[in-house]
Amino acid sequence: MPELPGLAKGLGVTFKTMINTWTKGAVTVQYPHEKEDLAPRTRGVIALKEENCTVCMLCARECPDWCIYIEGHKEKRPPRREGGKPRTVNALDRFDIDYALCMYCGICVEVCPFDALFWTPEYEYSESSIADLLHDKNRLGEWMVTVPDPPALEAGAVKKK
Amino acid sequence: MMVAVSLPYWELTIVKTVVVLAVIPAGALIFGYVFLLKIMAHMQSRMGPMESGGFHGWFQLIGDAIKFVQKEDIIPAEADARVFALAPLVVLMSTFLLYVVIPAGPRLVVQNLDVGIFYALGVSSLGVIGVLMAGWASANKYSLLGSLRAAGQLIAYELPLVLAVVGVVIQAQTMSLQGIVHAQGNGSIFGFSLVGNPFVLTQIVGFVIFLAAAQAELTQTPFDMPVAESELVAGYMTEYSGFRFLFFFMAEFGTAFALSAIAATLYLGGWYQPFFKTGIMADVLGPVVLAVKIMVIAFVIFWVRFTFPRFREDQLQGFAWKVLIPLSLVNIMVTAVFKVLL
Amino acid sequence: MAVTEQQRIAYIATQAAEARLNVELQTEDMTLNLGPQHPATHGTLRIVARLDGEQVVHAEVVCGYMHRGYEKLTEVRTFPQVNTLINRIDWLSSFANEVPFILAAEDLMEVEAPPRAQWIRTVFFELSRIANITLFIGEMGVQLGAITPVFFAFRDREHVLNLIEEATGGRFHPNYDRIGGLKDDLPKGWIAETKDAMRRIRGYCDELEDLLMGNEIFEARTRGVGVIPADIGLSYGLSGANIRASGVDWDLRRDSPSPLAWKELDWKVWTHPDGDSFARYWVRLQETREATLMVDQLLDGLPSGPIQAKVPRIIKVPAGEAWAHTENPLGEMGYYVVSQGGLGPFRCKIRSASFHNVSIAPWLLKGVYVPDIITILASLYFILGDIDR
Repeated sequence: MPELPGLAKGLGVTFKTMINTWTKGAVTVQYPHEKEDLAPRTRGVIALKEENCTVCMLCARECPDWCIYIEGHKEKRPPRREGGKPRTVNALDRFDIDYALCMYCGICVEVCPFDALFWTPEYEYSESSIADLLHDKNRLGEWMVTVPDPPALEAGAVKKK
Repeated sequence: MMVAVSLPYWELTIVKTVVVLAVIPAGALIFGYVFLLKIMAHMQSRMGPMESGGFHGWFQLIGDAIKFVQKEDIIPAEADARVFALAPLVVLMSTFLLYVVIPAGPRLVVQNLDVGIFYALGVSSLGVIGVLMAGWASANKYSLLGSLRAAGQLIAYELPLVLAVVGVVIQAQTMSLQGIVHAQGNGSIFGFSLVGNPFVLTQIVGFVIFLAAAQAELTQTPFDMPVAESELVAGYMTEYSGFRFLFFFMAEFGTAFALSAIAATLYLGGWYQPFFKTGIMADVLGPVVLAVKIMVIAFVIFWVRFTFPRFREDQLQGFAWKVLIPLSLVNIMVTAVFKVLL
Repeated sequence: MAVTEQQRIAYIATQAAEARLNVELQTEDMTLNLGPQHPATHGTLRIVARLDGEQVVHAEVVCGYMHRGYEKLTEVRTFPQVNTLINRIDWLSSFANEVPFILAAEDLMEVEAPPRAQWIRTVFFELSRIANITLFIGEMGVQLGAITPVFFAFRDREHVLNLIEEATGGRFHPNYDRIGGLKDDLPKGWIAETKDAMRRIRGYCDELEDLLMGNEIFEARTRGVGVIPADIGLSYGLSGANIRASGVDWDLRRDSPSPLAWKELDWKVWTHPDGDSFARYWVRLQETREATLMVDQLLDGLPSGPIQAKVPRIIKVPAGEAWAHTENPLGEMGYYVVSQGGLGPFRCKIRSASFHNVSIAPWLLKGVYVPDIITILASLYFILGDIDR
């Protein structure tokens, strides 16, 4: 059978795609009525677990854009045991992430030694004023509910002691 | 039951003018929406507009038209203002004049001219002047390049358009479009006369040439060098915005509608359907049948537009002069020979 | 001796030819500015062309509208921070930008990533090649007027971007490579999904072959247009598919030593003798298919083991200089890293492929028609971030 000229084959491709769209639906998603499911590792927004933060300043130092602003002060807490010295701890005053500057690289989440920062796949936080893109401590804490659970350990995995 | 519509001349003219002025934007909008927005989207695995108006975005183009009308009228400082303003009107006028001869039913035609198709082809070539005016008056090198390419292309492709129609005229023995429809309706295919004798069967070569030349007249891909979006932004239309751009858009899609209607009339039988040849039902069904045939032809035109890349200007001219014109001349000779023999 | 009339006219004619004036018709050259805002250039590139009618007499490339000062930025950042930035040089194939820099740093630290990490790095390198070139295959159609293939490109490339997102968290800028290995291991079910996506990309390549490459109009627009002879291409420093389409059999994956896993695979380097725009398109289409087959082989033979070698938490690279280059989707990309023992590089010179690829444009564009300028620039395939850095 002689080969169809390229022009005819091209017409066939577009016609077939049109029929596919009519029968199987389009590949696009009608946002905002439907939303896509994102992977759990997706870097949407960063959430802060305040009780874990010890104001070590590693995240603010390692950020390539220096978009994390941290202020803290030293406090004295009661001793852990009877008769001990009062402990000095760092207390967090201010923890702001400026999402207008953030590059979503994840270095801050990676270097935090105390697991105080988490990624979540949330992305719908656009604002009409750039100043509102500075998320303060409370707002970052609110994102914690959207953090996905860590994936289940697979069969044969060795648990950390 | 025959209803004789006999109005005095001036009232009849006003009615016809109003009908034509309503049909042109409506036709252009329907074409634009169905083909440019929806069918193109479906061929690209997406849905097209879905939001405006609720059901599949039917209001999108009407909303766009309203948006264009309320925009600021910008004329470039160095442009020739009067020519700049007149150019879209010239192109639009050539579109409007096309609708005078297109029949939609046995009595539904603005003016059944004896030289119908000759008039239509002549009037459609007036648009070239508008394109040249637009390109020159824009004071923009891109527009100038685009309009010069357009002038060369439109004039070159007039010839295959006309020569392809000559075959139909020979077969129908008349140039009036109503006469051509009747010639197809009253004819028969080897004695089988249910669907008449649509000229697409005997004039298939002419049909293909007509569609190709119509594609070039509309500056659609693969012949859209004048409006090559990836090179000249919008060719001769670059400096036009607001309602002037709306005029060009309406002219383009209005001409597409008109040329599809002419192709449907010349080759597919126009408003002819075998059930009601005369009477009020023919006048009611005629436009519907014509609309269906127009949509079929337009689908082919736009299908080709969405699939193929564009020719370069010299390849385009070579295609017209070295392929289409000789083919159409051969078609005329063969038709004439068969007409004399049979 | 008096000047004859003939000599006088000849003198005027040569003067006119110098000034490009036609004495009989009194025509003049037109200077056309393509860009920096233009639908055909991939970003903010400016071509200043002097035209005689529709033919180019002289063309000049003016780049730098997107210069972001990468080499200066890297001087004041630590190694992990530089890794984040260089993702954005060639943004369509981001992972491929990270790899040569990490290899140079590992060279200086004398650290070797474990085999599993090297293999997964190769998988992601080829995935970024697929993400980049599938877009090229579609958008070359748009430059020539066919509006549909680019939508197919975005539709099928989406699968690859979703895969990268599932493993790294970012679709375009994965920031996944680390000195000594990778950040995370692959998530569960990723390998099966990738194989499925590779099958789809092969289907997309077949579809585009029917839709665009076999199209007579496409062939008429690209065959014989922008022919680059092999020696001229090499002298201008072209690399990647541009030079392979001129018949030069040179691919860094096969010809240059590298710790990544290319040598363990069974694959083919595609070349084409013609050197015109069609050849460049053809070579890239075949390379995409080849890349999908390579990913399949890699995933079949993925070794198990750790994903990162032991490196200190605060990375201090010892003093020294290292050069590492790889066969990126756009061509040859290399980093020359100079370290003085600090937290970050002292100086980092980035050799980007597109800068050299586009340098041939003035030579190549002489005497072509205006539509062919677009065809040639589209077939050379550069990304502005890569040219300007």
